[in-house]
Order: sequence, then C-alpha cells, then structure tokens
Amino acid sequence: MNINLTFLILTIIAALWSVMGRSLLKATIGLAATSALISILIFRLDSPLAAVFELSVCTGLITAVFVSTISLTKPLTHKEILQASKDRFKRYWYLPVILVVIGIALVLLKVRQDFIMAPVPALQQDVRDVLWNFRRLDILGQVIILLAGALGVVILFEENKRNER
Amino acid sequence: MNANSWQLFSTFGFFIILLFACGAYCLVVTRNMIRAIIGIELLIKAVTLLIILAGKITGRTSLAQGLVMTIIVIEVVIAATAAGIALWVFRHTDSLDVRSLRSLKG
Amino acid sequence: MPSLMILIPLFGVIILNLVFASNDKMKRAAFWFALALFISQIAVAIFHHPIFWNNSLKPLDSFFKVSFFVDHLSFIMFICIGMVSIASLFVAKYTITEEGGRFKFINLLILASLGMSGIIMVKDIFSLYVFMEITAVSSFLLIAYPKSLESLEGAFKYLILSAVATVLMLSAIGILLLASGGTSFFAIASGIAEARNSSLIVFAIGLFICGLFIKGGLVPFHGWLPDAYTAAPASVSVLLAGVVTKAAGIYTMIRIVTSLFPYNQPVNNVLMLVGTISIFVGAIVAIGQDNFKRMLAYSSISQMGYIILGLGTGTGLGIAGAVFHLFNHSVFKSLLFVNSAAVEKETGTCDMNKLGGISQKMPVTGATSVIAFLSTCGIPPLSGFWSKIIIVIALWQTSHYAYACLAVLASIITLAYFLSMQRRVFFGKLRSGLEGLKEADRGVLAVSIILAAITIGVGVFFPFFFNIFILPVKEILVR
Repeated sequence: MNINLTFLILTIIAALWSVMGRSLLKATIGLAATSALISILIFRLDSPLAAVFELSVCTGLITAVFVSTISLTKPLTHKEILQASKDRFKRYWYLPVILVVIGIALVLLKVRQDFIMAPVPALQQDVRDVLWNFRRLDILGQVIILLAGALGVVILFEENKRNER
Repeated sequence: MNANSWQLFSTFGFFIILLFACGAYCLVVTRNMIRAIIGIELLIKAVTLLIILAGKITGRTSLAQGLVMTIIVIEVVIAATAAGIALWVFRHTDSLDVRSLRSLKG
Repeated sequence: MPSLMILIPLFGVIILNLVFASNDKMKRAAFWFALALFISQIAVAIFHHPIFWNNSLKPLDSFFKVSFFVDHLSFIMFICIGMVSIASLFVAKYTITEEGGRFKFINLLILASLGMSGIIMVKDIFSLYVFMEITAVSSFLLIAYPKSLESLEGAFKYLILSAVATVLMLSAIGILLLASGGTSFFAIASGIAEARNSSLIVFAIGLFICGLFIKGGLVPFHGWLPDAYTAAPASVSVLLAGVVTKAAGIYTMIRIVTSLFPYNQPVNNVLMLVGTISIFVGAIVAIGQDNFKRMLAYSSISQMGYIILGLGTGTGLGIAGAVFHLFNHSVFKSLLFVNSAAVEKETGTCDMNKLGGISQKMPVTGATSVIAFLSTCGIPPLSGFWSKIIIVIALWQTSHYAYACLAVLASIITLAYFLSMQRRVFFGKLRSGLEGLKEADRGVLAVSIILAAITIGVGVFFPFFFNIFILPVKEILVR
C-alpha cells in the first residue's frame, strides 16, 4: 500500500509539473512522466498488458506526436518566454492551492461506504481471450477509428495546393 | 465491498479526483491549444486509472484491460487529430494562442 | 443481418480508398456508392422485414462476433440517418467543386453515418462510447477540412468539448463497472437496481447525463454548438444539425434513460428542467442573431429542448412524442440547412442584413423554407404540430401543467424569430446587388422538395404514420 501511495503522490507531482511547466516541451515531458507513473500503477493493479500498452503508446507515441507538433510551431524568443512565464505564474499558482483544498475537503467529507456491489464472481480470464472473444466489436471499432484517423492525417497534414494565405 | 478493497478504492479514488482537478484546471485556465490537449490527456489518464481500479476491485481485470486498450487507441487518434488542427491554426495565425481564435463570438 | 449495416460501409470505404482513389474519374464512383448505400439503408429500415433483421449471416457474424439488436427506435434513427446523409451528399455535390475534396468528404460522411449506425444498434455501454468516438472524429474532420481559420476553430472547440463529454461518460462507465462488473446494458441495469440509492451510483448517473447534455448541445453546455454549425461547410452543417447531435446526444439519452434507469423521478425532473431552459434560451437568443446559420443553430437547441421535455415525462406517450419530434426536427432542420447552403452558395453570404427578397429569384428555396419554419413553429397540419401537441398532451397527462403551458408559449417565440428571418431573407424588396441571382442546382432543389413533401405528408397522413412507426417505440419502456 505504501508503494502505491508513493507512486500516486509522484503521479500528482508529475501532473502538476506538466500543467505548470514553463515551456511546452517541459509540459510534454511532464505528461510523459505522468503516463509512465500511471503505467506502473496499472501494473501494480494486476493489469500488466494494459500497463505495457499505456507505457508504449501514451508515453512513447503521444509524446512523439506532441514533440513533433511543438517543433513544427514557432519557438518563442527568450524575452517572450520570460514574459509568458511571468504571465503564467499569475494564473497557475492557484492549482496547488486548489488541490490542497480539494484534498482537505475530501478527507473531511468522509464518503460513507454505502456502496453495494452486485455480487459478481471474479473471473480468471486471459486478456487476449476477453478482447478477441467478448469485445470483438470494440476491435472492429478500433479499426474503423484508425481508418478515420488515417483519413484525417491525409486531410490535415497534406499541403494545400492553392496555398492560400 | 469488503474493508480491504474499500481502502484500496478510497486511496486511489482520492488521487484520481486530484488528477481530474489538475486536468480540468489546465483546460479551463490555459490559452494555448497544445496545453488544452495536454489537459484532455491528463483527464483521460485519470479515467484509465479509474477503470483499471474498477476491474481490480470487481476481479474483472481482463475486461478492464480490454477496455483500457481500446480507450488508449482512441485517445491517440483524438490527440493526433487535435494536434493537426492546432498546427493548421498556427499556420494561419502564427500563434497557438486561443485568444487569436475570436472570429466566432457568443 | 444487422451487422451488414456496419460491415458494408466499412469495406466500401476501404475499397474506395484502395481502388478508386487513383484518378478523378473513378473518384466519382464514391458519390454513387454512398447514394446507393444510404438509399438501401432507408429501404431496409422502412420495411423492417424480419428476414433481414432477425436472421444472422452465419459465417460473417461468427467471424466478426458482432451481435446487435434493433427495435423500432433504431428503425426511425436509421431512416433519419439515411435521409440526412443523402441531403448532405447532394449539398456536397453542389458546393464542393473540387473532385478530390469531395471524395474525402464522402469517405468521412460514410464513416460518420457508420458510427451513428453503430450507436443505434449496440447494447453495450462501452461499445456505445467507441461508436460515439467514431462519429465524433469523423465530424471534427468534416468540420475542419476546408482548413479555413473559422472552420478550424469550430472543429477545435467541438473536439475539446466532445473530449470533456467523453471523459465524463467514461468515468461514469468506470463507476458503473465497479457497481455491476460488466458493461452490457443488462448487467448495468441490474447493478443499478441492486444499489439504487448509493451516492456513487447517483454521481455516476449525473456524470453520464452531463456528458450527453454536452454532446446534444443542451443549454448549460451548448457553447460549442452554434460555432460548430456556423463554421462548418454547408454540407456538414446539414449533417451535424440533422443527425449527429441527435444520434450522439438525444438518441443515446433516450436509450440510456429508458433501459438503464427507468422510472427514475429525479432524472426525469432534471430532464424536464433542462429541456424547458433549452427551449427558452435557444429561442430567445435566436431572435438576436444576424447570421442565418447561427439562428438555425440556436433554433436547433430550442427544438432539442422539446425532445428532452417529452422524454422527461417518462410515459410511453411522452417518449413516442419525443421520438416523433426527433424525426420531424431532423427533416425540417436539415431542409432549412439545405436551403441556407443554397442561399450561401448563390449569394456568398449568410449575413441576414445583406440579404432580402430572395424569394423572387429563388422561389423553390423560399417556398420550402416557409414550409419548414411553419412546421418548426407547430402550425397544423404540418408534422411539427403533431409531435409538439403529443408532447404537450403527455405533459398534461402527467399533470405537469406549468411545463405544458411553457412549451406552448415557446412556440410563439419560435414563430417570432422565424417570421423575422423570413422577412429579412426571403420576402420584401430584393436587395440591390442580388439581381443576377440564380436558383440552386437541380439536385439540391430535389432534396428540398422531397424533404418538404415529407414534412407535409407526415402531417397530413399523421394517424397512419404515427400508428405504424412511432407508437411501437413505446415497447422500449415495457420490460
């Protein structure tokens, strides 16, 4: 339990870092760190395959998408960064305060344990089995959404022939 | 729900709510399109953790893992689409600032 | 064979992209394929013959393990989707001149309608989410693809709010999974019945309904809707206003409310309250709009309020009225958006201050618009009158007299803003500079006339239509 707690606290710190980080690149790295820590937590909750998936796709692929997007946009000059970070500080220092307030409120609130779960027998199934035999519709859905995404990439990343503006 | 899983649930639930707060705050306060997408990503991370937790407590980890994999695939497509749109906005206005998007009011 | 509704479009899109994408001449095949697809979809839904819907195609279904279920509500949604997609297709043929752009548009249109077909056939809350995302991603891309700043902004706003809605729904799914250990409607319904008053379950229901309110663009959460409708290219506005928000928001709301937590009074009260607020805010804001499409968007919010109000009664008649209004609204609102596309294309603007007297030059567009707006206001004997009167009767029967009076009152505001629109755009003296105006092309006119004919026909043959198509919808309440 203590290990879980440590990782949970680290996750929140990484999330804070990614929200408050000065440059976009730091924010992206913060997101990647959050994602990596969450994949450790997922692993500790007995879900190794999902953990691997989260680690490779979210930490790897999405970070790559973000970094390439950021590199394609114009970097700010040094002066602008200083101005922006001053500006940001004004807007973002509330976040830790808000988090602490929410935390205290939750502790004080003490949600009652009136939650009744339907008595379901624990099932020891293999993930691949579940995914391919019971959730095949979702796999079909994944194929369709990847198709839509591919069409989207074709549309959004092609150069405009007319080159307007 | 027995005492053991209740403790697991309340500990994780506490931090999941904090993670939600981080993402929501980022989404509300930011003026940068990329940061808005990062906020969405943080929210989806919190949801992922919640579903895995639900799977662990009900003893259906395999089902939860299947769901989470689908969520992750969809998340990537959404992130890529959003990044593409942000890039085009940058090409039009030379900035990622949401404040430059004020052509539609109300 | 309901799985064919998903598989044929899917393989169609794949084949179109692999084989027909090579040159402009072959790309034209996409239009005819899409047309045939949507027409056959309407045909199988209208006749709803059990041979098609109940038999399973053994080798295909066992390979894909796809099992769907359909009822009368799904049939009505199928008809709406097919109809509006055809309207959007013809508008695209008319407004998008470049062949390659039109090809991509048609592909995305097929994917969006595929996603909606999925939404209305699944019986699993997580698969519902997956198909919703398919529809949503195709819609973002459809809005964004002209890549003008305005359309990108509309798409980004829609993307962010839709992602928030998704997150809300997924957290609700997570909590419901905790309560029931499954994601099928049946498992969740029994899980909720087990723990009805648990605070977590109530929280989850609230989250899910908030998510659906965002998707459906109802009033506290409607910020994205006018922007997306206005910024989208004309053909996409038809699709979005006609069915996307309805399938993703309203239909799902009807399905979830009736099959997961039926007879839940607090939920019904919230639905009625939000519905009434939407009716009034949408109608009042619409009065002050100068942009034709923006006014239609706010009017859409207001009409969506009626559907939610009917659903909130929780009785069979109320739900039948809601579904009937959903159908009617999707007919006359897509008709109005088709006409706005024609006006935008011919005059180059949607600003009502720059328009006037168009009816003289575009008689068909003007006349069909009048029919559509009379139907929206609920003037007998057009279809909108019947659905509104059924909703009001259902409210009266459940002794919600105040809501019934407000619903009737709001019709007068609707009349007010549509009369002002009609006066500024279609009637009066022809604005100078518009003398050379031409009528839209034949395809779009045919769509307008057919949609107007449906509006009149459903109104005139109301008892026949209502008994055969709408009343069986009540079945979803009986369990």
